[in-house]
Amino acid sequence: MAVKEKRKYLKLSGLEPMIVSADTNFINVGERTNVAGSRKFLRLIKEEKFDEALDIARHQVEGGAQVIDINMDDGLIDGKEAMVRFLNLIMAEPDIARVPIMIDSSKWDILEAGLQVVQGKCVVNSISLKEGEKEFIAHAKKIKRYGAAVIIMAFDEVGQADNYERRIEISKRSYDILVNQVNFPPEDIIFDLNIFPVATGMEEHRKNAIDFIEATRWVRENLPHCSVSGGVSNVSFSFRGNNVVREAMHSVFLYHAIQAGMNMGIVNPTMLEVYDDIPKDLLEYVEDVILDRREDATERLLDFAETVKGTKKEQTVDLSWREEPLQDRITRALVKGIDQYIEEDVEEARQAADKPIEVIEGNLMTGMNVVGDLFGSGKMFLPQVVKSARVMKKAVAYLLPYIEEEKKNNPSSAEGNGSAGKVLMATVKGDVHDIGKNIVSVVLGCNNYEIVDLGVMVPPEKIIQTAIDESVDIIGLSGLITPSLDEMVFLAKEMERRNFKIPLLIGGATTSKAHTAVKIDPQYQNAVVHVNDASRAVTVVGDLLNKRSNQKYVGALKEDYEKFRESFLKRTKKKEYLSIEDARKNKYTIDWNTSKITEPNALGVQIIEEFDLKKLEPYIDWTPFFRSWDLHGKYPAILNDEIVGEQANSLFADAKELMGKVLNERLLSAKAIFGLFEANTINDDDIEVKSNFGNFEFRTLRQQLKKHAGKPNFALADFVAPKESKRQDYIGCFCVTTGFGTKELAEDFEKEHDDYNSIMIKALADRLAEAFAEYLHEKVRKEHWGYAKEEKLSNDELIKEVYKGIRPAPGYPACPDHLEKLTIWELLKVKENIGVELTEGLAMWPAASVSGYYFANPEARYFGLGKIKEDQVKDFASRKNIDFELAKKWLSPNLVE
Amino acid sequence: MKDIQKILEERILVLDGAMGTMLQRHKFTEEDFRGKRFKDWKVPVQGNNDLLSITQPEAIKEVHRLYFEAGADIVETNTFSGTTIAMADYEMEELVYELNFQSAKIAKEVADEFTVNEPNKPRFVAGSIGPTNRTASMSPDVNDPGFRAVTFDELRIAYKLQVEALLDGGSDILLVETVFDTLNAKAALFAIEEVKDERNIEVPIMVSGTITDASGRTLSGQTAEAFLISVSHIPLLSIGFNCALGANQLTPHLEVLSQKADFWVSAHPNAGLPNAFGEYDETPEQMADQIKEYLDKNLINIIGGCCGTTPEHIKAIADIAKKYQPRSLEAVI
Repeated sequence: MAVKEKRKYLKLSGLEPMIVSADTNFINVGERTNVAGSRKFLRLIKEEKFDEALDIARHQVEGGAQVIDINMDDGLIDGKEAMVRFLNLIMAEPDIARVPIMIDSSKWDILEAGLQVVQGKCVVNSISLKEGEKEFIAHAKKIKRYGAAVIIMAFDEVGQADNYERRIEISKRSYDILVNQVNFPPEDIIFDLNIFPVATGMEEHRKNAIDFIEATRWVRENLPHCSVSGGVSNVSFSFRGNNVVREAMHSVFLYHAIQAGMNMGIVNPTMLEVYDDIPKDLLEYVEDVILDRREDATERLLDFAETVKGTKKEQTVDLSWREEPLQDRITRALVKGIDQYIEEDVEEARQAADKPIEVIEGNLMTGMNVVGDLFGSGKMFLPQVVKSARVMKKAVAYLLPYIEEEKKNNPSSAEGNGSAGKVLMATVKGDVHDIGKNIVSVVLGCNNYEIVDLGVMVPPEKIIQTAIDESVDIIGLSGLITPSLDEMVFLAKEMERRNFKIPLLIGGATTSKAHTAVKIDPQYQNAVVHVNDASRAVTVVGDLLNKRSNQKYVGALKEDYEKFRESFLKRTKKKEYLSIEDARKNKYTIDWNTSKITEPNALGVQIIEEFDLKKLEPYIDWTPFFRSWDLHGKYPAILNDEIVGEQANSLFADAKELMGKVLNERLLSAKAIFGLFEANTINDDDIEVKSNFGNFEFRTLRQQLKKHAGKPNFALADFVAPKESKRQDYIGCFCVTTGFGTKELAEDFEKEHDDYNSIMIKALADRLAEAFAEYLHEKVRKEHWGYAKEEKLSNDELIKEVYKGIRPAPGYPACPDHLEKLTIWELLKVKENIGVELTEGLAMWPAASVSGYYFANPEARYFGLGKIKEDQVKDFASRKNIDFELAKKWLSPNLVE
Repeated sequence: MKDIQKILEERILVLDGAMGTMLQRHKFTEEDFRGKRFKDWKVPVQGNNDLLSITQPEAIKEVHRLYFEAGADIVETNTFSGTTIAMADYEMEELVYELNFQSAKIAKEVADEFTVNEPNKPRFVAGSIGPTNRTASMSPDVNDPGFRAVTFDELRIAYKLQVEALLDGGSDILLVETVFDTLNAKAALFAIEEVKDERNIEVPIMVSGTITDASGRTLSGQTAEAFLISVSHIPLLSIGFNCALGANQLTPHLEVLSQKADFWVSAHPNAGLPNAFGEYDETPEQMADQIKEYLDKNLINIIGGCCGTTPEHIKAIADIAKKYQPRSLEAVI
């Protein structure tokens, strides 16, 4: 094929592609599915516990392994059979099979058997010239024909390459044979240049690491398109038992090897220290050894190693940093988030400074710049930055009286505060959710922006007025519930009307680039940017306020949003929708002659107060908690994640601590109300509910997207027996809250300048509310309604919602209509009974609350309503007896354009 | 005859449409399928379309002719199920070589008729290699996900026989198509490489996968790009998608191939999605209209039709394709 010469990249595939380009970071190969490397995996394979063995593979992928190495070479295992069996099982697990496989064996028949069962492009690990050219060529040809990449060991007929020259000699020879004789694609060649231990005491091992590093550099420079890999833990073999030293050695080795061009490898993420965190002295000793910089490097490291023996966890708090110069101490306190000594240090700085403001502009900003750089380069994570901000605020609070004093005595000195810009932040009218907004505020604050935080439920007039009065440089809006989207559109219109010139940032869980591009951006001539994570907020705001380049940036943004809008609108047009009548004809039908209906043990309303929150602990789903802190990954795997694991652990420890306090001191109070009622579906889409106060109707909405044959158009009403069936059915609804007390606690923390815990308490209250909803649903299923008395589910299964029956919440995909909350409030008298209120925007207050319906039918299931047409909105408005325009306003996010 | 590679640099080539849809019009009976030769065959053979190349060769030739007349440059042999694995249903494993050989031979005869009359538009025969009815990387048994109904080697051996017969019968191209499991395709490609090696020949190879539904993945779970990477070890003539979806639904996946593939890109979509009766009712105009989007976006080099398409569809497609330049390989990132 006539294709122009270009840079070729190693491309692999599982169910998804993986491309190792020049911009790709180091590719981490998971190594726990290797019987030679993991005793647990070996035992599981021997005992044929393949399910548990699969969990190890899954765990690695969830933990961030981009390729998984599988090795079954053990004397007591039939390697070929085990390899085929395990690979076949992996192929049936899409969450594992999405990454490419590295088939690892020293036996050709196992390698080939593996190649025959994997559809994606694998890596063969490995072949070499050990048995001579003939066999090498034959195997390489086969590998090419199976369509795999290959690892070439630096090994030949003479033996394993153990110095710089031999590594080069063998890799050059292997490369030439592969590329010239076998016609093997050079980008599919990966060299394993043998990582051997250093500091063994043997003179000939001294150059083992540096020779590898230098040979890597040579290979990447001289053998075009190929990659270099290796097993890193070998290098520290002689320090077995001393993890502090080993982890430092791995980091130092990788740091230099990656710079030389090593682009993939087998690394145990838990055995890795952050390069920048290695204590200076240890770093020096380790680099001396790795880079072979001194005759006595090994002895010095051995001596030093004695002093740091024992694992890190047992180390007592090391206070040696307190001896360092003042600026270093302040920077360290900010980077590490230690607030213990900050007032002491700031006081020292103040005494040394001419004016107190200089401490902020000098010492503290120097430290915060380090934080900003580390965060920007991915070396610090969000929770750490928020902790840094806590220290910063404490320091500033300490200095404030002195600054005021200075102003009084010397008014002329009160010049500008050197802020990078002023950002107004607000959660829009009707909405009470502010965790994300607060995080963005804190992170921007750390980056030297002045934040004007107007809090939650802020009316548009106030936002506009404050923006003018304070002459802010940017407005940031946040919201979690769907009505907030309209508020944002309204605000953009207002900004246009009032001739604003400043950029508008949009963020929050329901916002999206699509909504921003289609609905908000056209309303405002200036920049509108959708930002959904805190780290991006910093760069976006920086670009927007950069006087030199921002016009170009805004121009590019506008263009990008316009393109996005066009392609989005084009796409949406192609969907076909049914009329509401036709959609009803295609409803989901349950056979009401045979369907099981259980009469609740007790009908009517029940209230739970004085509830012990401790009971909720096992019901907590922690994954969303980590997500709210921008740490992505499933709990508990996230705790062992290669990249964010350490941070996740630290955050989790802080969360547990605060949670313990909340539970023990009963700082939050939980309340719940629920009711079970006789109910039947009437007129297709309405559910008639009989309570002691009379009849109520829940109005449900029906999917209108034209489906494939056989797929129904769902509405929640389909899950309740219709009146015509002559069978009495039932429905439930509920509201739980764990939010009372949150606001006060958060305010207390804020008074202490502790944003970290202020955000934390809200995030925890949210988790508790969800857990309470889960807990109550279980009680209802098993006892109060009692249709699932026999149910026994683990917490995991609860989170995965494997139980029978559903508890959809108004405002969420199955019933996006928030107005229905009013019916629930009226039916249960929620406000009167437990005090949870609805805001103008129909958000619940306190925010940490959950409300919804209970459907018990075994066929009831969650679904997303999707887009609906105006005919249904009209029909809905008349059923609900409300104004069409009002209905349209509330349902607009779901309305077909 | 001009090299197909050269022609593809100059213009978009048109592939034929559905064979099955055309044969259904004849309403062949069990007796018609059997012909004289198989009148006492031990099992029913109605529905074994590949067999018609032997028992009703004129009907097959007629379909090829209609497609060439409609403007097709390439017709596919009537061999979608021509492997020992797929033919086991009819206990006709022994006939596999002959079926493929005959199918290729009659297609080539028709192609030659047209080429002689119109030498500046040479016609080609693509030996159609279907996916078989078994999957190498999925288990048919829900209770045993590790089970496989067919192995790589069984597939490789079966495909090899088909490939040899298709080439012996005169196929100009080999078309590994309707790939729903990439591992099956890799076995077919492995077999083709073996034959190329043994005979010391080069053969243009087309590979065409199938995105099964809105998930945007093949049945075996791969994304379009992962599929491309998994078969890129062979120097292909083209890569593309066919079947399962209509032209519209295929667009985003063709865009991926168009951007990433170092090979020419092909598409032969269905005439829309089947209606409630399993029929394809998209008209030639409707389909050509959607294919115009491919052409406007410059996505393809080879275009044709799969289930439900007829010579009228191919004519509409050929007429519009004529007006456009083919996708160039220069732009591949």
